[in-house]
Amino acid sequence: MHPDERFQALLDADQKIEPRDPMPEGYRATMIRQIAQHAHSEVIGMQPEGNWITRAPTLKRKAILIAKVQDEAGHGLYLYSAAETLGVSRDELMMLLHEGRQKYSSIFNYPTLSWADIGAIGWLVDGAAITNQVMLTRTSYGPYARAMIRICKEESFHQRQGYEIMRVLCAGTDEQRAMAQDALDRWWWPSLMMFGPPDDQSTHTAQSVAWKIKRETNDELRQRFVDMTVPQADYLGLTVPDPDLHWDDDAGHYRFGKIDWAEFWRVVKGDGPCNRDRMEHKVGVWAEHAWVREAAAAHAAKVRLDVAATA
Amino acid sequence: MSYDVPRIEGEEDPTLAGTRGAPLWEVFVRADRGLNHVHVGSLHAPDAATALHHARDVYTRRKEGVSVWVVPATAITATDPHDAADWFGSEHPYRHPTFYEIPDEVGHM
Repeated sequence: MHPDERFQALLDADQKIEPRDPMPEGYRATMIRQIAQHAHSEVIGMQPEGNWITRAPTLKRKAILIAKVQDEAGHGLYLYSAAETLGVSRDELMMLLHEGRQKYSSIFNYPTLSWADIGAIGWLVDGAAITNQVMLTRTSYGPYARAMIRICKEESFHQRQGYEIMRVLCAGTDEQRAMAQDALDRWWWPSLMMFGPPDDQSTHTAQSVAWKIKRETNDELRQRFVDMTVPQADYLGLTVPDPDLHWDDDAGHYRFGKIDWAEFWRVVKGDGPCNRDRMEHKVGVWAEHAWVREAAAAHAAKVRLDVAATA
Repeated sequence: MSYDVPRIEGEEDPTLAGTRGAPLWEVFVRADRGLNHVHVGSLHAPDAATALHHARDVYTRRKEGVSVWVVPATAITATDPHDAADWFGSEHPYRHPTFYEIPDEVGHM
């Protein structure tokens, strides 16, 4: 059987593609790009949240936030491992990120201005991520699907702790409620943009669906997220910042207003509020901590020599 | 090369050559006493002791295990999926209990 036929036969049988299976170069390249971008997003995502660790309002909130940020690091590691199964090295991926040749999710180019932003990120950003990632647990590439299953289990904690932060603020003083509303106002639209361009403008969707990398389209996932999230905002007594938002009884969906795609592309192309800060910090820390990696490698080499000497 | 891509017998070691990064380790976790260690993923670490600590942090943040193994990825030898049919393709239905008919009168067996 021709390798491409074998690949297609596995897809048609809803079998996973595993690392050593033959796969079209386009599939391999798409998988590397998507998994790497996902891994980079987890890693860069630590910055906006890490921003509030020293200023969390209570020790409990601080412990929770540290655990959450540590999870993001872990998610990045699972995903880098999955990408490496496709024949790319960890160092290569890091270099591509640092040189701006691979992207991370634009959502992390927005700043966390108040404590309520930590709530909004957990509730909305992680909520949107889960909607996408639950779909990806069924993606056709085995190592990516397995990483997603593990990540989804942990993301649920992230979303629930975020919603609880919002709930506590909304049950607080007028000032705290205003802070929660302000966070929703700033994070709502960027969260909807996380699902990517609309289907008729998305260049990758059709091929990704054919390869069973994506099982649903950007617009389908975005609609699901809106339908789930609006009632949650209602419960909090917050107002979704969209005058066109309304329930469509016939369709059984919320209808929402026009997304500002010009803003989306501006941020993707590097002109978001925090793009430069995020990359400067990432590249700076990598260089600053080179000595840790070098010391660990030197120690490992010395241990090997000592073992060899006593053998 | 990485987890789930163990070396095939006779193949050159691809993991260490030409990369600056720390070697790759495969991680196995025993979820509870009485269960076997199961492969959960992989990580990079300069030595075995560091690999164990990283494995604890990366794969057992929520009491997922009571014991961890780390194995250099290069130490694993695997079958080649291209030969899977030769290795695992033959069927032996008579090795399964359902192959045999037992009369109802005999009862559960």
